[in-house]
Amino acid sequence: MAVLNWEVIWQYLPLYQEAAILTVRLGTAGIALAILIGLICAIVQYFKVPVLRHVVAVYIEISRNTPLLVQLFFLFYGLPKIGIPTNATVCGIAGLAFLGGSYMAEAFRSGLEAIPAIQTESALSLGLSQAQTMRYVILPQAAAVSMPAFMANVIFLLKETSVFSAISLMDLMFTAKDLIGLYYKTTECLFLLVVFYLLILLPVSLLGSLLERRLRHAGFGS
Amino acid sequence: MAVKILAETLLSIEHITKSFGDNTVLDDLSLAVHKGEVIVVVGPSGCGKSTLLRCINALEPIQAGEIRLDGEIIEPNSKNITELRQKVGMVFQSYDLFPHLSVLDNILLAPCKVQKRAKAEVTAEAMTLLERVGLKDKAKSFPRELSGGQKQRVAIVRALCMHPEMLLFDEVTAALDPEMVREVLDVILQLAAQGRTMLIVTHEMQFARAIADRVIFLDGGKILEDAPPEEFFTNPKTDRARQFLHIFEFEAVKHHEPQEL
Repeated sequence: MAVLNWEVIWQYLPLYQEAAILTVRLGTAGIALAILIGLICAIVQYFKVPVLRHVVAVYIEISRNTPLLVQLFFLFYGLPKIGIPTNATVCGIAGLAFLGGSYMAEAFRSGLEAIPAIQTESALSLGLSQAQTMRYVILPQAAAVSMPAFMANVIFLLKETSVFSAISLMDLMFTAKDLIGLYYKTTECLFLLVVFYLLILLPVSLLGSLLERRLRHAGFGS
Repeated sequence: MAVKILAETLLSIEHITKSFGDNTVLDDLSLAVHKGEVIVVVGPSGCGKSTLLRCINALEPIQAGEIRLDGEIIEPNSKNITELRQKVGMVFQSYDLFPHLSVLDNILLAPCKVQKRAKAEVTAEAMTLLERVGLKDKAKSFPRELSGGQKQRVAIVRALCMHPEMLLFDEVTAALDPEMVREVLDVILQLAAQGRTMLIVTHEMQFARAIADRVIFLDGGKILEDAPPEEFFTNPKTDRARQFLHIFEFEAVKHHEPQEL
């Protein structure tokens, strides 16, 4: 007796492919926004911008200390109640960006703070402006330091997309649960689920280590 | 040493006061630096030597007085502060090359991005200067692959490539092994021979004596002595300076009878 029924697996494959595309699409959009939010927050905190730094601090605490599921419910079921129309796709992306923004902010901030002040001073003493110092001297070095935490966040956020099924987005998790509920082919469905998550995440991990090695090459050697 | 005929004042510091909280580091200090002059600043640690240089480069705000370069006021909020900083090259104790850039890119960054000069032209100049300090073959290396003395020479070349009117050296040999001190000091001696205007903070008294047109002795944020090197080192006017110079002399212990420990 075979453990897996391959016929069933081939039959389900297209459904999983479609779901995987949705997972990757929403994940990419959410993470891209999270990076943007994270960068802005990290720079606000690094330069200790008055008022804004407190707003950022409150945001980070709320974002990090509530589960994504709760954030999604709030967006998906809460916003329509106060008259803001919304849909599942927008909510999914917004939720991921809201959660990821704080994680990215912390990763970038740790990178920025790891660069000694004298680097800024020697750049300024050469006549570079504050913006040029940031762009050519501080950010490239900070990026190398932030890289491991950044990649861990990307992988974490991609995995968090599995919560999207709760707001009826047909992602991998939703598809698996749906098929199990309909046909009880539990083993095949869960097998496909694991395989598809690995297919998405393993290349990201690999790309991450490659990028890390490249970025750190100058400062730390290979 | 031939007496230099001093040209016009390049940098004038007038009655500046700098304090960190209650701690006054520079106390109503005035100093004029003339074109082509080499001034060495000595003094005990914490006397304000480094702070003085940092103020000249507007890395620290001052609480009173003014610093003028070519008649223009230098302060962190000046509109043209980046232009003024280009005229004053600074070399720090801890080299502070940019670790993510190669030696050549460290040198090219500011001339290309700030002064918008052509890369080929700056590269040619950088290579000539690197050759002069004996580091032509290190152009493609990263800072981590260099010794302390080599890094410091690159930092000097990096400052020179901006064509500054004046150079500030902040204890540039303090973090180096004795053998490397020499190679860096030789580069600075070359610069003095070219007639560059320099303000040098150092603890190398022999070097100070050899290179300085004027030695300034700073203590408690005030200039206690301002004299030609021969006069300062052989016959200091103040007790405080005499005390300070005494630290650098060692009593000969060998002639004494050995004592039981």
